[in-house]
Amino acid sequence: MSTLTKENLFEGFLESSFAGFENIRKEGKVCFTKQGLPTLKSEEYKFTSIAKKLEQSLTSITGAKPFEVSSEEVKAAIPTGFDGSVLVFANGHLQNHLCLEVEKLNFSSLNEKSDLAIGSIAKAEKDPFAALNQASFEGGVYISIPKKEVVEKPILLLSFIKSNEGDVISPRVWIEAGDFAEVTFITHTINNSDKPYFVNKVVEIKGGLNSQIRYYRLQNEGKNAIEVSNIETNLLQDSRFTSVTISLSGEMVRNNLSLNLLGSNSEGNMYGIYLLNGKTHVDNHTNVDHTIPHAESNELYKGILADQSRGVFNGKIFVRQDAQKTNAFQQNNNILLSEDAIVNTKPQLEIWADDVKCSHGCTTGQLDEEALFYLQARGIDKLQAKGLLLYAFAGEVLEHIQNDSFREYCINLVQNRLGSNF
Amino acid sequence: MLSIKNLHASIEGTPILRGINLEVKAGEVHAIMGPNGSGKSTLASVLAGREEYEVTEGEVSFKGKDLLDLAPEDRAREGVFLAFQYPVEIPGVSSTNFLRTAVNQVREYRGLESLDAVKFLTMMKEKMKLVEIDQKLLSRSLNEGFSGGEKKRNEIFQMAMLEPTLSILDETDSGLDIDALRIVSNGVNQLKSKDNATIVVTHYQRLLDYIVPDFVHVLYKGKIVKSGTKDLALELEEKGYDWIKEAVDSEATV
Repeated sequence: MSTLTKENLFEGFLESSFAGFENIRKEGKVCFTKQGLPTLKSEEYKFTSIAKKLEQSLTSITGAKPFEVSSEEVKAAIPTGFDGSVLVFANGHLQNHLCLEVEKLNFSSLNEKSDLAIGSIAKAEKDPFAALNQASFEGGVYISIPKKEVVEKPILLLSFIKSNEGDVISPRVWIEAGDFAEVTFITHTINNSDKPYFVNKVVEIKGGLNSQIRYYRLQNEGKNAIEVSNIETNLLQDSRFTSVTISLSGEMVRNNLSLNLLGSNSEGNMYGIYLLNGKTHVDNHTNVDHTIPHAESNELYKGILADQSRGVFNGKIFVRQDAQKTNAFQQNNNILLSEDAIVNTKPQLEIWADDVKCSHGCTTGQLDEEALFYLQARGIDKLQAKGLLLYAFAGEVLEHIQNDSFREYCINLVQNRLGSNF
Repeated sequence: MLSIKNLHASIEGTPILRGINLEVKAGEVHAIMGPNGSGKSTLASVLAGREEYEVTEGEVSFKGKDLLDLAPEDRAREGVFLAFQYPVEIPGVSSTNFLRTAVNQVREYRGLESLDAVKFLTMMKEKMKLVEIDQKLLSRSLNEGFSGGEKKRNEIFQMAMLEPTLSILDETDSGLDIDALRIVSNGVNQLKSKDNATIVVTHYQRLLDYIVPDFVHVLYKGKIVKSGTKDLALELEEKGYDWIKEAVDSEATV
């Protein structure tokens, strides 16, 4: 058995054959080889050593094969109260026969769209994992919402993972919303094994003129999951993109979320809540690029960390010289429930225009013991009082979920978690 | 109802209470007075179960149970209510939700059925009148942005909702103007019955014009050094605490 080291980790894997997109993959491979896996010396990954974690956890690097998922499993995995379309993936591969209420939806596997400009939004040279995915992606989906179409019900992207069938899952998703289109996505993962695995996902999203895209992610990954995702969105004039990321578990999770505001009056909103315990490590790296005047971005991430968990927040806001009248707001607040939990938070604003409104703030504190005693002194059980206070701190993030039933589902999930012994 | 015997308590190793003895029976109002730093608020906090204080000696029984053995929430459920000297502002927790959770947990403990939204609101409306508290305040986050007087009225309102058997008012009068003081006292008086008792912790005699005590105790250096009727409060009002301090201190040096 060959030993994997950080240096050769993906060498053999990249030699395997992947179907389609030959030139695009070649370019990805070149970019990946040039960048190499990030070490702790790389500024962007200095708190999150994915390479080391992979080296420690994985015994082989092989692409994960799709596996049988039953329609009962699909039904059981759909969040309570959900009403909409369901796209089902097994180890990243689209399972057409299991999809529900998709008659009106324009979607297919990527291989049926050989002319897609893969890598034109999430560029391989910007991130080694985006490059790795571009070289080796398998599975995923292409979804297109035609011009002026308002998709009333949300679309659930339901991923099943079984790591016994190979340990690397590299889906790639391409979403385009035409001019004036409106759509809501919910992503949710069901993990069927405790064996370590690595998800390296890329999502490219294109928002047309005046389009409205909502992207809600529920990240309750398996406890041995190592996941890197690169989600990048291009927004044209008057369009709006809102993401809400709820991170609840996993071994090491790195979320790269980038918004490119390319048209005036476009708006990008990024909200996140992370509730971490055990040794879970979650890193949210966000990036907003204001390239034009009169665009707006809002960002609010809230974290509650217990045990030896670790959270990282990095919020980059780039306001280019032409992007006058930009409004950009960013906030990251954390509560540490134990002495061993760690948060690294870093706002990073680069402002080249001179007539803008930008603000950022980050705080890290503890649970207010005085408030806890006050609630207990009124007869409220300690655990529940703690839950109330923690929810009061973090719950506002969930208010940004517009879909009523999914919001309720998430509120319940989060409240139950906060009201138990965390 | 409440029996405190030789209670000693300290905070971070510094003794504050040094042997308190006190008997409170149903239907009684006790006032605990004393100069700043004498341990009045500590006594209130220890009875409510604040964790920072360590009880080093003595016992407290409440309705026959060992009070010191109970968690703060269980003391509240048993019927102990502490009106805070400084009510805590809790942003994000709505006053109404908080109170409904509290009332229902207390009711459950006491073997009563929990109140549904309608019954709860009816009860709330009725009790709101007692302390002339505005519905608008209760739709806000708990105590957030409340004035000093509003916070204190909210304490008495919560007391009315939780129907305690022993209420401890910790300096509820400090900082109140005369109108607020009247409203708060009026609320407390209306809640008084032959089955419950009240301990009023205060620095000033003024409150006792409105809430008339059956007994007045003077706390100094962590001990009750003098007990009497409401006349003692008037005497303190007139002469201050110095004569008591002197008497105690000279005794100690003898």
